[in-house]
Amino acid sequence: MIIEDDPRLRRGLELALSRLGYAVRAAGTGEEGLLLLQESKPDLVVLDVVLPGIDGFQVCRRIRAAGTTPVIMLTARGDDFDVVAGLEAGADDYVVKPARPSVLDARIRAVLRRMPGAGEDVREFGELRIDTSSLTVALRGEQVPLTPTEMRLLLTISRAPGRVFSRQQLLEQVWEHDYLGDSRLVDNCVQRLRAKIEADAANPVYVQTVRGFGYRFGPV
Amino acid sequence: MWPGGLRARLLVAFVLVTVLGAAAVAWSSARSASSALAAGAEQQFVETVTNQITANAAGLTYPPGQSTLDQLASAVGADTTVTYQHLRSTTGPDTDLVTDAVRAAVQHGDSLFVQRIAAQGRPWLIVGTPVMITSTTGARTPSGIQVYAVRDLTGVQRQIDSLTRSEAITTGLALPLAVLLALVAAGSVLRPVRRLRDTARRLSAGDLDARAVPRGADELADLTVTLNVMAESVQTSMAAMRRMQDDARRFAADASHELRTPLSTLTAVMEVLAAASEEMDGDARESAQLAIAETHRLVQLAEDLMEVSRFDAGTARLRTEDVEIGGAVRDCLRTRAWTDRVALSAPEEIWSRCDRRRLDVIVANLVGNALRHGAPPVRVSVSGTPEQVWIEVTDSGPGLPEHVLPHVFDRFYKADEARTRAPGSGLGLAIALENTLLHGGELTAGNASSGGARFVVRLPRGREDT
Repeated sequence: MIIEDDPRLRRGLELALSRLGYAVRAAGTGEEGLLLLQESKPDLVVLDVVLPGIDGFQVCRRIRAAGTTPVIMLTARGDDFDVVAGLEAGADDYVVKPARPSVLDARIRAVLRRMPGAGEDVREFGELRIDTSSLTVALRGEQVPLTPTEMRLLLTISRAPGRVFSRQQLLEQVWEHDYLGDSRLVDNCVQRLRAKIEADAANPVYVQTVRGFGYRFGPV
Repeated sequence: MWPGGLRARLLVAFVLVTVLGAAAVAWSSARSASSALAAGAEQQFVETVTNQITANAAGLTYPPGQSTLDQLASAVGADTTVTYQHLRSTTGPDTDLVTDAVRAAVQHGDSLFVQRIAAQGRPWLIVGTPVMITSTTGARTPSGIQVYAVRDLTGVQRQIDSLTRSEAITTGLALPLAVLLALVAAGSVLRPVRRLRDTARRLSAGDLDARAVPRGADELADLTVTLNVMAESVQTSMAAMRRMQDDARRFAADASHELRTPLSTLTAVMEVLAAASEEMDGDARESAQLAIAETHRLVQLAEDLMEVSRFDAGTARLRTEDVEIGGAVRDCLRTRAWTDRVALSAPEEIWSRCDRRRLDVIVANLVGNALRHGAPPVRVSVSGTPEQVWIEVTDSGPGLPEHVLPHVFDRFYKADEARTRAPGSGLGLAIALENTLLHGGELTAGNASSGGARFVVRLPRGREDT
């Protein structure tokens, strides 16, 4: 689903993405988009930051509150504020305008791939239980809803507990970005993940920071 | 030569004027007082002598004998001698002091003669007079008797001296008073001067709100008002200039920003068009391909304009992280498929703290420029010291002509349009330079000894900012 206020750009993105094989629904305002979200349950939302009425960040926050639908933000280059605010609102990734459809396509595919193929093992760490076959995570027996990106991040680092992953490695393995990837994507996602699975996000047990290097799972 | 400071000069001038004035007053008053004293003493002495002679003249026997002379001398006073032809009274020990000048004046004249002399280290007053005979007809003739009296003026002199001394002391007392007054006066002049100086200093340091408060209605208050008016007009024109500059920058930023949405739409549909153009024939196909290529160029131009306007507006920020420079340059070349046309030499791993995206922009613009304007092979080499990182981009073309060198980083400067194979935005090198400066580094253009153009980026090797 695309939420973009400029009708021509909205139509242009619709044309380009349809041609690439996506079934596209488009909305011109945040309000319209949120209604359409409930109705059509898209796999992914491409969201412009600048919208009349409620802005892109608010829309993103509401999508996050409502569920785990992945969001890719369309931002202006150099507008660092937009990027930071977008990531804090819970966006999974962002693409700088003007975006080539091929680039957007690659990002969309990468985000969708983050719902990984079901594994077979169940990993248990303390009070955390990760079921790789049903792709569910439970904390003290309660289900924790994770977005695809959060899930893939957790699966990636919990595969090798104790091993340190650099932000660059995580960008390549989880986000499938090239060397110019934005390490703030990783930091923001880690924070959201901690808020969901850690008892105390300020003193994390599962996703730990290794200063100057990156992140590591455990040791629990 | 005047002493240095205004304060010292004012002080010296004031003290000089005061002391000289006091001294002149003291001197003239001492002088007039002493001459009055001397005149008084003289008049008194002359009167005594004259009165005594008048009182005794009537009783004189004529021609006088020795006793008559002695009698007259003792009547007139102690230091008196009376002569008549060759006779001379015996009294008067100091009468030797009577000068020839007095004697001559008395012998040839018919009136009293007075002279002041200094002898034996003391001041003296000498009075000489002939005794006149008044006949019954009223005619006066000299009797031949002459009276000479001498008086010691030491007492009077002492009075004069003490007067002079007290005047000198008064003058001396005026000196510290003058210094004190001069300090106060200098202070009252210098305080507004200092205030003016402080205000001028703040103004020149860029604080255009600085103003001095004028006090009173003197020339300094005038100067203060003038300074304030000047500051006001400088501030006004600065504000106007800044507003114009801001307007121009905002216009550039707004214009490129406004281009973003239509360019996004064009970018979105160009790939659809590109795919469709495969099935078009001849002219239509070429037209579509031209439109596509020019759209990409337009996008790049707008991007570059926005980037430049961010530097102009001062909103460009560094987002630093630890970057392996050689690897980053390699990635930059690889993603743009330049690896086979560019030889990279990065013999060692060099980690430095910098903005990965901006580093990519710098390298991409320099290498892109070398590929467009120079000739292959293009060489990129990365080297470093503990403090610096150097990235050198050299091509094998003819190099940069002398007249081009000062302008290579100018915006939209194009040295030789005809030689350009694929047009750039004309902003690439300017952007590379701005990005380098933002890192606190420098970018220089020149020619390699082998002849090709050579660009050298020097970046400070940033440390982890903890």
